[in-house]
Amino acid sequence: MWQHVLTIFIASALINNFVFSRYLGLCIFFGVTKRMETAVGMSFTFTAVMLIQAVLNWIIYTYVMVPYHLGFLKIVIFIGTVAAFVQAADTIMKKVAPALYYKLGIYLALIVTNCVILAVPLLNADENYGLFESMALALGSGLGFSLALIIMASIREKLELADVPKSFQGLPISFVLTGLIALAFLGFSGMITL
Amino acid sequence: MSNNVSLGTLFKNGIFGENPVFRLALSLCPAVAVTSGVKNGFLMGVAVLFVMTMTNVTVSLLRNFINPKVRIPSYVFITATWVTVIDLVMSAYQRTVYKEMGLYIMLIVAFAIILSRAEMFASKNKLLPSFVDGVGMGLGFLLALMLLGVFREFLGKGSFWGVQILPVKPLLIMIMPTGGFFAMGLMMGWLNWIDRKFFGGTGASSGGH
Repeated sequence: MWQHVLTIFIASALINNFVFSRYLGLCIFFGVTKRMETAVGMSFTFTAVMLIQAVLNWIIYTYVMVPYHLGFLKIVIFIGTVAAFVQAADTIMKKVAPALYYKLGIYLALIVTNCVILAVPLLNADENYGLFESMALALGSGLGFSLALIIMASIREKLELADVPKSFQGLPISFVLTGLIALAFLGFSGMITL
Repeated sequence: MSNNVSLGTLFKNGIFGENPVFRLALSLCPAVAVTSGVKNGFLMGVAVLFVMTMTNVTVSLLRNFINPKVRIPSYVFITATWVTVIDLVMSAYQRTVYKEMGLYIMLIVAFAIILSRAEMFASKNKLLPSFVDGVGMGLGFLLALMLLGVFREFLGKGSFWGVQILPVKPLLIMIMPTGGFFAMGLMMGWLNWIDRKFFGGTGASSGGH
């Protein structure tokens, strides 16, 4: 069983990387990677929220939605959980840890309607994963996403100095760049078969 | 935007002026994810068109009843409801396509473009303009997806809508994840070039969310 959990962890971090092979979270990916500092802050916040969300939604899915046959409501329920959690985290952090709130609070606001966060519970529900498998998927995806953000941020800092054709400045060149990184990540596929 | 703007202008605005994918650079994830074939792109576009229009209509109808303090969560739940509807319809009638892109259909709920249109337009306008705005924006999205789909399927598989046109597969890489990003980048750069060369514009916004 532990081997399966480890497999899910590695597969979700490298092979099924959220950005490079599942194309999720592109808005955030292109939005926050202009500076390294914001990319790192975002990575921390996202990984933490994804892990907590995976556990919370697993509990709700297994003990409420499955027994009462509410599977068809999963989109509404999951997004409700995410929104409620983010609001709660926002309020609690402001009171308990103002320093942390000052640093990471702005990223929390962006999380409510983000496909990365929502994708984790949806994938878990689709695959009928157990608690530890869900956590492995969340942690793996979170770390994979962080890896993508940090790689991109460090390249884009160099890109500032490059001489890019005018029509390609900004997003277009970033897309081409992402394509090249995705090509490199393609090398991981086949490493593990699920 | 005032109410004086004619409906035709509103409609065109969604397709050209503020095309969700190429101009506003919003909701990029599905634009790259499902466009490996024309058919997938088309179905995804239809799903978004439906959700977009219905959300705009619902928000517009309820705009006087929603307390401004809870408006964002209300919009999210309205969107989620319509996404559930299209999700169930797709899983019933398009089994094979749904298996490939079911996740992305569910994630329509997290589209920035839908929430931003509800917040910026539908919550301030009457039923008819909101409906037209929803259809225009949705069609703009659909066209962008089709354009990418045609480009990628033709280069990647040498076919159109599953029908083989070329005897070879010119650039297999175009239907892989890498190709999605390449196609998107090239298409955006090309449209920027056209815009600057022929219309004297400044190109699309450089940072999306």
